[in-house]
Amino acid sequence: MTGPKIIFYILAFSTILFSLLSVFDRRILRAAIYLLFVLVAIAGLFYMMNFQFLAAVQLMLYAGGIVVLIIFSILLTSQINSKLDAPKLMQLLAASFTALFGIGISLYTILPYVFKPSAAPTLEVNMRNIGLQLLNTGEQGYVLPFEVISILLLAALVGIIFIAKRSRT
Amino acid sequence: MNLQAEIPLHYMIVLSTLLFFIGLVGVLIRRNLITMLMGIELMLNAVNINFVAFNHYLYPHRFEGHFFALIVMAIAAAEAAIAIALIINIYRKFSTVNVDDVDELKY
Amino acid sequence: MDYSFTLLIVLLPLAGFVLLGLFHDRLKPMVAGTLGTLNLLVITLFSYYTAFHYFTQGNSESGYTAIKAFNLLWLSFTESLQIQLGILLDPLSVMMLVVITTVSLMVHIYSLGYMKGEKGFQRYYAFLSLFTFSMLGLVVATNIFQMYIFWELVGVSSYLLIGFYYERPSAVAASKKAFIVTRFADLGFLLGILLLSFYTNTFDFTTLTSMDGVAISSPPAALFLGMSVTTWAMLLIFMGGAGKSAMFPLHIWLPDAMEGPTPVSALIHAATMVVAGVYLVARLFPVYALSSPDSLEVIAYVGSFTSLFAAIIACTQLDIKRVLAFSTLSQIGYMMVALGVSGYGGEEGLGYMAALFHLFTHAFFKALLFLGAGSVIHAVHSNLMTDMGGLRKFMPITHITFLIACLTIAGIPPLSGFFSKDEILVAAYEHNKIIFVVQWLVAGITAFYMFRLYFNIFWNRTPHFHHTPHESPALMTFPLIFLAIASVLAGFVPFHALVTSDGKAFHTELHWMIAIPSVLIAVVGIGVAAWFYLKQNILPEKVTHGVKGMYTLVYHKFYIDELYLFLTHKVIFNFISRPVAWFDRHIVDGTMNLIGDTTVYGSNLIKKMQSGHMQWYIWFFTSGVLLLAFLLLYLN
Repeated sequence: MTGPKIIFYILAFSTILFSLLSVFDRRILRAAIYLLFVLVAIAGLFYMMNFQFLAAVQLMLYAGGIVVLIIFSILLTSQINSKLDAPKLMQLLAASFTALFGIGISLYTILPYVFKPSAAPTLEVNMRNIGLQLLNTGEQGYVLPFEVISILLLAALVGIIFIAKRSRT
Repeated sequence: MNLQAEIPLHYMIVLSTLLFFIGLVGVLIRRNLITMLMGIELMLNAVNINFVAFNHYLYPHRFEGHFFALIVMAIAAAEAAIAIALIINIYRKFSTVNVDDVDELKY
Repeated sequence: MDYSFTLLIVLLPLAGFVLLGLFHDRLKPMVAGTLGTLNLLVITLFSYYTAFHYFTQGNSESGYTAIKAFNLLWLSFTESLQIQLGILLDPLSVMMLVVITTVSLMVHIYSLGYMKGEKGFQRYYAFLSLFTFSMLGLVVATNIFQMYIFWELVGVSSYLLIGFYYERPSAVAASKKAFIVTRFADLGFLLGILLLSFYTNTFDFTTLTSMDGVAISSPPAALFLGMSVTTWAMLLIFMGGAGKSAMFPLHIWLPDAMEGPTPVSALIHAATMVVAGVYLVARLFPVYALSSPDSLEVIAYVGSFTSLFAAIIACTQLDIKRVLAFSTLSQIGYMMVALGVSGYGGEEGLGYMAALFHLFTHAFFKALLFLGAGSVIHAVHSNLMTDMGGLRKFMPITHITFLIACLTIAGIPPLSGFFSKDEILVAAYEHNKIIFVVQWLVAGITAFYMFRLYFNIFWNRTPHFHHTPHESPALMTFPLIFLAIASVLAGFVPFHALVTSDGKAFHTELHWMIAIPSVLIAVVGIGVAAWFYLKQNILPEKVTHGVKGMYTLVYHKFYIDELYLFLTHKVIFNFISRPVAWFDRHIVDGTMNLIGDTTVYGSNLIKKMQSGHMQWYIWFFTSGVLLLAFLLLYLN
């Protein structure tokens, strides 16, 4: 067992464990905290794969932003101590069936497949390269999606204010 | 650090598949809107793992998967914010965040 | 000279209709009536001006040429199938313009007095304008399709005016009857138009009737049931004309149409609209005469039979308007006979000229008769001649003008009816002796029934009137006097130099060998009428008693209406309409209802799926996606 392998197993195991807990725990605040753990573990995976920038964004945006937002809304809408309703048996069965079926066909399809890695020289992942590509208009430039995303975020911002503000009537 | 030798790509895919369907189960069984949203976040993260893994293992000479993941995160942020705005609005109108009680549009 | 101002002749009545129709309850009755009448006065002056210029400037040596004063491409389907709207000026249409506007103007003036105080006075004038518009549009039509459009418009205005007293069930029934019968005939007309234009590739009158056009130079030789296609087309077109002109066996609507106001009867059902059939045949006359003489023969016999048939019925009717209606039928029969026996070009075209000459004179004296009858009805408040008598003392102007009209229609020289009828008889004599004899007899019967009417109204016994009859107001007597003068003088119009089959003038003179017998039989007719009806006596009753069965048969118009009613109600309704209706209600509707009911039932079954439970929607969606993925991956 080498170092990376051990780290991967720890991260993978904690991802699965905490995601299961987050889904099945009936205390909603704890579920949110478990989600936070899952997100942190995934950030670790990103880091392992050399995408430090993405790992940082994952931590800031998800852990720092979305989870906090979720916790806020839990506090606004629910009692801390109250437990969620237990899932209905019918729903549980149907959901598990679908999930198992989906896992089955996905893995059955993908596992036998042999992927062929590209032979091209590796591009070093550093801030310089990321920034150049993200704002590049030429080949492999991503300035258009970047700008589209900025417009989308602006639209979301306006929409959120409009939805959430208390109507006068 | 030569990850390819230590951990095959299939490990990552199995992980993301499991995470995706756990998230789906969360969406399907929890009737609280906020927990449903959490399930969706799990599913989005599973997808992100896939993007990043494929980028890292198969196409290390470009950043496509990386940027896809980045854009998914931005959209996830926007989506979460809108969802929470909607949830709060629903809570104001119906005094509940249980999806089964919000069924004005049936039949 | 530029004739584009003639567009106004057509458009002004339309403007009048729109104006009076839209603002009918905003205008005072008299204002509406005066507006309509002044409008028509302008139109009449325009038409006179047009006629004056057309006939004085045209060269009668080489014949009058047809002028397209205005032509607008309205619909263009293909290169050859194009529908145009325009104004065609030739001797025929210019003559008709004069007739229509004159009679219409007289009727407008007359109605100011006759319809005074009636409910819907403004509506009446709006309809009159609509009718005038349609009729003028019909006669100036440049192509057969435009004619068809206005033909139908004329039918609608006739329907509206017959049903003017729509609170009266009999008027409603009469208007429906007129509309249905003429509609039925128009079906034939439309088929004829389609057939003719299919083979000749044109709608245009000028092209159709030109000597080197397809219809005349090389008529389609295709046969159908032993007759050439041209003959079929021309006969079908004549069917439309027969419907409007109330030729036997489509005549049944005209007597009932007398339910409308009397001036309307004078305008539409005597002078103008009912001669549209004659006009139609005359318009297409070169095609009839040169490529389908068989159909012309049919027209002659139909006309002859109708004139005899209607004249016999007219002798027994008691309602004075009905007598006049049958007399109209009879006179239109004369015109049809004249067209039927005519040839094309020069002296041969005598019958054509005679038909239109008679149309011209008939318009004036028949309008005069109707307006006179209206004046009498106005005074006596009854349509029946049994309620009348001795009116000459009370209504001198009506009496004199009515007498002039009766003498004119009887064909006494030198009144106009004598000349036109003489020409018809000459044409008939040259062509077909049997028809000549029939028409000669009809002339005598005509004189008899007209003077039966005249003596019964103005002489005979004087019944007890509820209030003393009085002469009609000047608004009504002026048109009577005007038309009486026109009836007297119209015979001196040199028609043979103006309106001929090929546009060229020809020479004609009185044929004394024919004129003398026809005048003689007219005098005999008048004499018999005087013997029977001048003084009150029992002679008529004796005669009717002598031929009782015959009399009843004729009085009931040979039971033609009853026969049609039997045919439609008992035969067509029971054996065709009812099964069709049953099939429609049960099979066709049933199928549709089944489809609808199945959908409703199915929707009720599956609507529970729209439960409002979002999670189930998500479950269905994801399961569906997975299933689809599974199917696509492993089952193909």
